[in-house]
Amino acid sequence: MSWEVVIGLEVHCQINTKTKAFCGCSTEFGAEPNSQTCPVCLGMPGQLPVLNDVAAKKTILTGLAINADINLESKFDRKNYFYPDLPKGYQISQFAVPIVEGGYIDIPTKDGEKRLGVTRIHMEEDAGKSMHEGLDAVSHIDLNRSGIPLMEIVSEPDMRSADEAIAYLKQLHQIIKFLGVSGADMEKGQFRCDANVSVRQKGAPLGTRTEMKNMNSFRFIKQAIEFEVLRQIEIIEDGGEVKQESRLWDSVKNESRSMRSKEEAHDYRYFPEPDLPPLRVTQEEVDAIKAGMPELPNQLRKRFETEFGLSAYDADVLTQTQSLAQWYEALVASHPANPKQCANWLANELLGRLKELNKDISESPISAQALASLLDRIADNTISGKIAKDVLDAMMASGKNVDAIIDEKGLKQVSDTGAIDAMIQEVLDANQGQVEAYKGGQDRLFGFFVGQVMKASKGKANPAMVNQRLKELLG
Amino acid sequence: MPFRSLTDIQAQLHAGETTAVQVAQLYLDRIAQYNDDLNAFVHIDPENVLAQAEASDAYRKEHDARPLEGLPIAVKDIFCTQNGPTRCCSNILEDFEAPYDAHVITRLKEAGAVLVGKTNMDEFAMGSSNETSAFGGVQNPWNTDCIPGGSSGGSAAAVAAGLTPAALGTDTGGSIRQPAALTGLVGLKPTYGRVSRRGIIAFASSLDQAGPMTRTVKDTAMLTSVMIGHDAGDATSVADAPNFDWLKACEGRDMKGLKIGKPKEYFIDGMDKEVRAQVEAALTQCEALGAEIVDISLPHTEYAVAAYYVIAPSEASTNLSRYDAVRFGHRCDNPEDLEDMYARSRDEGFGAEVKRRILTGTFALSSGYYDAYYLKAQKVRTLISQDFKEAFEQVDIIATPTSPVPAFKSGEKTDDPITMYLSDIFTIAVNLAGLPALSQPCGFSQDLPVGLQWIAPAWQEDTILAAASAYENATDWHTKSPVKFGGEA
Repeated sequence: MSWEVVIGLEVHCQINTKTKAFCGCSTEFGAEPNSQTCPVCLGMPGQLPVLNDVAAKKTILTGLAINADINLESKFDRKNYFYPDLPKGYQISQFAVPIVEGGYIDIPTKDGEKRLGVTRIHMEEDAGKSMHEGLDAVSHIDLNRSGIPLMEIVSEPDMRSADEAIAYLKQLHQIIKFLGVSGADMEKGQFRCDANVSVRQKGAPLGTRTEMKNMNSFRFIKQAIEFEVLRQIEIIEDGGEVKQESRLWDSVKNESRSMRSKEEAHDYRYFPEPDLPPLRVTQEEVDAIKAGMPELPNQLRKRFETEFGLSAYDADVLTQTQSLAQWYEALVASHPANPKQCANWLANELLGRLKELNKDISESPISAQALASLLDRIADNTISGKIAKDVLDAMMASGKNVDAIIDEKGLKQVSDTGAIDAMIQEVLDANQGQVEAYKGGQDRLFGFFVGQVMKASKGKANPAMVNQRLKELLG
Repeated sequence: MPFRSLTDIQAQLHAGETTAVQVAQLYLDRIAQYNDDLNAFVHIDPENVLAQAEASDAYRKEHDARPLEGLPIAVKDIFCTQNGPTRCCSNILEDFEAPYDAHVITRLKEAGAVLVGKTNMDEFAMGSSNETSAFGGVQNPWNTDCIPGGSSGGSAAAVAAGLTPAALGTDTGGSIRQPAALTGLVGLKPTYGRVSRRGIIAFASSLDQAGPMTRTVKDTAMLTSVMIGHDAGDATSVADAPNFDWLKACEGRDMKGLKIGKPKEYFIDGMDKEVRAQVEAALTQCEALGAEIVDISLPHTEYAVAAYYVIAPSEASTNLSRYDAVRFGHRCDNPEDLEDMYARSRDEGFGAEVKRRILTGTFALSSGYYDAYYLKAQKVRTLISQDFKEAFEQVDIIATPTSPVPAFKSGEKTDDPITMYLSDIFTIAVNLAGLPALSQPCGFSQDLPVGLQWIAPAWQEDTILAAASAYENATDWHTKSPVKFGGEA
């Protein structure tokens, strides 16, 4: 039988504002429990919400980045349920009229680009955090997170595999990082995902879906979806029926378990939030936000390919983050002769070394200009590419500039014909037997002579000249 | 002295004939003497009151007097105040002390007012007779067997009996105007969005509005002018609200050229005959002052009460979710688990009427019923607003009775919520439409005061103040006070 998987995703993403969605409290992560609270986010009597405009603007920017429509008038609603970490007994959200509707994200697949629909993005506030572990007969509540602004990004059920779901999430995550609208740190819960999964026979109507709640790592999401797909197929093939329910992924046991059945689902009694008037923005404001939008990963990738002649792979690597792309552009600006070489040195040499140091490009000990000057020294034959790698190590360790290191260590490349000829003669004299053999037709010994000369020069001889002179001197 | 207006007391203070401390002491003495008969105040802190008065007298020595310098104002228990308890007359807030002042309270303090104490009210402002208070009912000073109206019944009784010259109330469906009518006072519900709701415990957010209860129209204007103004902390407080000189608006002495609408839906069979006669007599007097009385219709009036009793409980049901025994307020003893803590704490903390409205509202918002109730009620609300809009194309102002009946006997309607809800039949539509309305005394029925209600288009409280001042100037109903409490009937 041929099964088709149908996946829709809901992403909750913390909007990076200085203050909370509806009050002036700080959103700083990791503070003393309940130290970042006030009567508003504690839900005290008579307290009223006032919308943080920055949260709205960042949500609009995100909507524009995924090619969506911005509702010039959107509305807030109350989502009602009781839980101790929800101080008001309701969450302020957008239900009937969200601020953003109808966008899409393109992902690469082996059959080319695939367009995945985004139904809506709405704003809402986060709840606090309940802590039960290690406590006997009581729970503790930290309301620092209560009222932090979130955007919920809801996709169409357009994904047909766990890999597509992950590609969508990575793309979305990258866009959000590029826009600077969220820290999107998954470990801090700033980017978390619910996945709706169902299976069906190709062409059949949609199957019953289950919802996997609150996952915060790409790996877990992939595992959870794959597990769920197999679970559902097994149930159906055994003649059973999939039950509509919410499930939780246990990343220790690598399995999911039922959390809440459809019957136990809350009736949230959504209704318009009477404390907040409709959110109105003008087309001019939307246009101004659009004008300030940075170049997005997809646009950058395409530009890097056409403008700098990079391979799709290199372009992808160098556009992973905005700071990396900017670093690359700075490097090319300082060493415009060879953008491809810039890409190789950045992607392979510098990033590799930074990875060993557990550092990000923004924490690189050398600047783009410094790396460019190293590439300049290769280009003008001061040093060879091989020596340059040692110089790069020294630059990163000492912070000194390229010329100082070359001088200090006497690494300047030997391009003087007389000196090179002398070294070649020495090698040939010391290896008479190999010379004879070479002349007798063993061509591959040429490499041996090159190696011996380079060794004799301690790597400083200009390799191209060594090649050329060797050929001439060996006849 | 006890039955004098704020304006008169202010004049005496300005003239140096008395001091804020003397004024405060006089009212504190009267509260000590009469509060047991009335149960109007639920919290009084005499030392604190005198300290405020002393501070005011000291301020006056050094500076120009502020707008309410040294004037005693009582405050309904729904306004959060930093000093002492704020309980909304509910057991669920048994030990609650707000760490903040309501915006309106801040305005009053900044204007030099002396806050006298917290007045009794229906629990969470849900009631029309003040009988749902966790602190017991309030007696009407005009007849202590009768209720004073609600929900601002304590404020009404306190002003009517001369225990304070003025008080603050809140009005969600008539809670300022109806008790003002039933105790012979002036009470104004300003246009929705005119007064900040921040720090006022919410009943129904889209309807609640605070306002004053006073002895005269001018006092109401003076107090309102201090209460109003944009508050960035309340998103429903309107930033560029049209404004005017509130005291000047009270200088009207005639009604020449004023077109007063008389809606037939507010003069109906079943209402108290004497109330009707008094209000019609008042309109005749307005004609004599130069007004033109125009018969009008507000055709959707009959649906107002039904719509209100869907919308207000719906909002209330979620506004009151925060009383969950987690962070403050009453918590039951030894809860077995979370569910038990919620259920028992709320069961013990809320009174019957509050529970009834939470249940009604929760039902109306439930999946499957939302369209039939909440959405339908919102449509009715739009139609009611439309009625007023069309009426105001013909007339400048609308006049109606405030309440269909005078004060009724305590306990008379407590077993019949529907009859009780009909007490607000003439006040509710105004809240649904967000309009300003004022009640002022216009006579007596069975020796109990009768109220005349004025309704104007949004932001046109000045039209109301002009008409009400002209009427007040031509009559002496506002000078009456209950003999039992030392007044002159």
